[in-house]
Amino acid sequence: MKQLGICVLKAWTALVLLVAGATAVAAGSGEVSALNLRRGATEISGQVYDLHMLMFSICVGIAVVVFGIMFVSMYLHRKSRGAKPANFHESVKVEIAWTVLPFLILIFMAVPAAKTLLAMEDTTEPDMTVLVTGSQWKWHYKYMDRDVEFYSLLATQREQIDNRYAKGENYLLEVDRPLVIPTGQKVRFLITSDDVIHSWWVPDFAVKKDANPGFINEAWTRVDEPGIYRGQCAELCGKDHGFMPVVVIAKEPAAYEAWASEQESIRQQAREEEQRLLAMNMSMEELMTEGERVYNATCAACHMPNGEGLPGVFPALKGSPMALNDMQGHIDIVLNGKTGTAMQAFGKMLSLKELAAVITYERNAWGNNTGDMVQAKDVNAVVSGE
Amino acid sequence: MSKATEIISPAHGEAHAHDDHHEHHIPKGLMRWVLTTNHKDIGTLYLWFAFIMFLVGGAMAMVIRAELFQPGLQIVEPNFFNQMTTVHGLIMVFGAVMPAFTGLANWLVPMMIGAPDMALPRMNNWSFWILPFAFTILLASLFVEGGGPAFGWTFYAPLSTTYSGDSTALFVFSVHIMGISSIMGAINVIVTIFNMRAPGMTWMKMPLFVWTWLITAFLLIAVMPVLAGAVTMVLTDKFFGTSFFDAAGGGDPVMFQHIFWFFGHPEVYIMILPAFGIISQIIPTFSRKRLFGYASMVYATTSIALLSFIVWAHHMFTTGMPVAAEMFFMFATMLISVPTGVKVFNWVATMWRGSMTFEVPMLFALAFIVLFTIGGLSGLMLAITPVDFQYHDTYFVVAHFHYVLVTGAVFSIMAAVYYWIPKWTGRMFDITLAKWHFWCSLISVNVLFFPMHFVGLAGMPRRIPDYALQFADFNKWISLGGFAFGLSQLIFLAVMIKACRKQGEPVSDQVWEGAEGLEWEIPSPAPYHTFETPPVVK
Amino acid sequence: MANSNSALVTKLLLIVVGMFGFGFALVPLYDVFCDITGINGKTNETAAVYYDGQVDESRTVTVEFITRTHTGMPWEFRAQTKKVKVHPGEMNMVEFYVRNPANKSMVAQAIPSVTPGQAALYLNKTECFCFNSQPLAAGGESLMPMRFYVDPQLPEDIHFFTVQYTLFDVTGNGTDDKPLNNPFLTSFSDN
Repeated sequence: MKQLGICVLKAWTALVLLVAGATAVAAGSGEVSALNLRRGATEISGQVYDLHMLMFSICVGIAVVVFGIMFVSMYLHRKSRGAKPANFHESVKVEIAWTVLPFLILIFMAVPAAKTLLAMEDTTEPDMTVLVTGSQWKWHYKYMDRDVEFYSLLATQREQIDNRYAKGENYLLEVDRPLVIPTGQKVRFLITSDDVIHSWWVPDFAVKKDANPGFINEAWTRVDEPGIYRGQCAELCGKDHGFMPVVVIAKEPAAYEAWASEQESIRQQAREEEQRLLAMNMSMEELMTEGERVYNATCAACHMPNGEGLPGVFPALKGSPMALNDMQGHIDIVLNGKTGTAMQAFGKMLSLKELAAVITYERNAWGNNTGDMVQAKDVNAVVSGE
Repeated sequence: MSKATEIISPAHGEAHAHDDHHEHHIPKGLMRWVLTTNHKDIGTLYLWFAFIMFLVGGAMAMVIRAELFQPGLQIVEPNFFNQMTTVHGLIMVFGAVMPAFTGLANWLVPMMIGAPDMALPRMNNWSFWILPFAFTILLASLFVEGGGPAFGWTFYAPLSTTYSGDSTALFVFSVHIMGISSIMGAINVIVTIFNMRAPGMTWMKMPLFVWTWLITAFLLIAVMPVLAGAVTMVLTDKFFGTSFFDAAGGGDPVMFQHIFWFFGHPEVYIMILPAFGIISQIIPTFSRKRLFGYASMVYATTSIALLSFIVWAHHMFTTGMPVAAEMFFMFATMLISVPTGVKVFNWVATMWRGSMTFEVPMLFALAFIVLFTIGGLSGLMLAITPVDFQYHDTYFVVAHFHYVLVTGAVFSIMAAVYYWIPKWTGRMFDITLAKWHFWCSLISVNVLFFPMHFVGLAGMPRRIPDYALQFADFNKWISLGGFAFGLSQLIFLAVMIKACRKQGEPVSDQVWEGAEGLEWEIPSPAPYHTFETPPVVK
Repeated sequence: MANSNSALVTKLLLIVVGMFGFGFALVPLYDVFCDITGINGKTNETAAVYYDGQVDESRTVTVEFITRTHTGMPWEFRAQTKKVKVHPGEMNMVEFYVRNPANKSMVAQAIPSVTPGQAALYLNKTECFCFNSQPLAAGGESLMPMRFYVDPQLPEDIHFFTVQYTLFDVTGNGTDDKPLNNPFLTSFSDN
């Protein structure tokens, strides 16, 4: 009978190790696993993965031993097998043993954990810095050593989320403008928020840091392999918390340089274009078409495509006093947001043309019909305080 | 039980006569329940309330799992989804688990220590009755314009202050009332245990369930007031212009997390220590062997309670803490696994070379030991800061806490009910149905929560209504497990209704062959008043 | 029996009340703890005093300045000097440009935050626009100085830290920045 018990124990151990091993193999192959953490693309993420596998193995080991003994006991020490209960009910030696042994196992775990932690938190000597700002519900990236900054929004079409179109391969993990960084360089991230707490997470870098409004946090990474790395916001931040992914493209330094210079010149051109626009007037038709596009992409999430908002949460624009009368206030609130509410400052995000168009659209759509046309120069006037 | 207890006096017959006399005076009808100060009645009220709340919170979980069954948004809007996750959490923590343990305390503590009732019976009535009031307010908040609370049961600022709707006021009010109920209940438990133990029932002769509830009660009075403070600060930041958590006014949103988790971490131990007590009563009975290491179990429970005060920031590793703090909290958290492990080893040592039978309470207790340990081991993994950066706010955490709370706390409550209900009703419950309940729950709960480890490790964040395609297959299985688990609880409902209607075979006083303790020395069903004359314990 | 019950109940109620107070006491305690350790990146909120001499020429520390405006704050706000290399113990001054483009006068509050947090303790500002709220008339602009020295006690391993100033709109001292749908405040026009 004891042999049977031991046999069962061996079979049990084998089964558990098989499962554990399969998990390890699935992950160690470098592919993104459905079962396990990934090794990732940096030295640190590799260390974190190894630490995770070590902890996991120890935990599996403990479980195997404890449950094994338990199952053996449930088999052998049954009344139906004729087992008679023993009398013992305490032993100081045993209590000490199974207090000290786990304590030693913990020390064995704590040493590599402490080492990896120290390595992760060393943000000194970065090669470049990116300021990451979270807001509801998008990320903003600003390169501190160059003239490049932009918003990064979810690019998955609404129709895919609403199940009208088939879902693409990177459903919910794609953005319009990913962050681009060079490989082989220590990139430092300064992380903050414009409204509530968000959290910037890229699993392949093992970087996750909260974005706290009014405060600044820092993290760093050095990516070994070029590639596309996808992550998500990791702190509940409101209704679209699940819809503000992080996408980072790591390029070889030369390719990164080329991209960065190109971005700088694109920005320069956009600025010049805006200056030219100030002298022009768009037609009502142009304003409404562009305005509708911008509205559906940017404003409809809260104010709804039909302009009716969400009572008690997001005000309606259809029939609102501001959209019907207060032109100055309307431009001001779209540009600058409203402190203490969820209404953000879209002046930072949209071009003068887009702002003019969307405000015109809001003043004329859904039966508002004010006939007002807002031009880029009108918006610019409010921006510069004339 | 620590040592065998023997009632020296009074004679059983005399006790019976007394009780027969009193049987005639048990109040009847609805007002009995509204006005009762009897610990048994109040225990029953708490348990039924907790069960109803469990089903309500469970229904919300069904909405969550229905939406997460497939990628895409099919059933609810994201804002409503967030309300479901928030209120599901609040109901399960404050409406199901805590009141259930309080109900068990009410029923069992006086009987286990040979006391006639709780120390403060009228406060006891209030402690219960303000709970349905509190939860009516919480559920009503879902219908306020703008929707109910949608910021998670952890209500971090400024999402809960500047960026929330009007329902936040109702949420705060409801939490205050729940807190008052818990505090009053805890005071009652402490005074009862301190002042009303039968002569001869020294500290180290108390049943483990009494010990764990005593320690839990101290945790409650220490930290529920801190929750009250946190929730009040959220209220004043939102409505009265304070800036506790608002950087513009000199405040700090991270400070909210420190205050909340200073409450929050001991809170999760409040939700598990009574479970440890229950298991420590059941395993010895069905192993026909005394609990191994009674003293050790008491010391381990005390250490867990004390340590629970110094680990709170392990919920905050990603907030931007300095390395020294991360190290401290990592080591302190890892340390808690030592006394917890000691308890598990002691249970197994109780089983070892016992003479086991596998009645339904024992089935749940054994499942608890295995599955709670799995939850505890994932907790140990979470304690390791560098890897926690990958686990934090993913489904790995959701898996961890559901293992310790569902297959941990909830299974222990089910075990307790199956164990003691024959004593309360005088009848054995429907064993066949109960076994169906056990096996359906056991299988479905693992289909529901085990794959969450995988999707969490694979990168799925928590509190999202929609997810990337690589998480779809496991989410489908998780949802199926969820629906099955929910349906399985209807079997439990059937067993309970039948039991309360006193359908089933009559049982003896001792009910279970290996059961020891004062509560097994009185008749089944337990008379309305018991131990009006205290027994003397040898 | 009732007497010993009351005594114990009283003691327990005192614990409850005490812990409620403790919850609120955590607020200043947190500030004190952060003041001592600087761990949340908050810096001194009142002017520091400068002690002459003590310049540590052997070390150079780079201080980086970042400026941001919070949602709802339309001002232009930038640091005239983005990075400065200083010796610990030496007085320095950097200027910050602000402009209020709105057509009404407004009041701003600048909130600093330092990373790494430990460095916050060692940034001693003797003059800072962040100590007070700053009013600016419609269309007005200003150059605000910030004078500071890095404490020579700065740990050896820190030779670079970042200071972020976030500018918040506090016009009306807080009543403006409360949510619209608030039944406890006098209602003002719904925009």
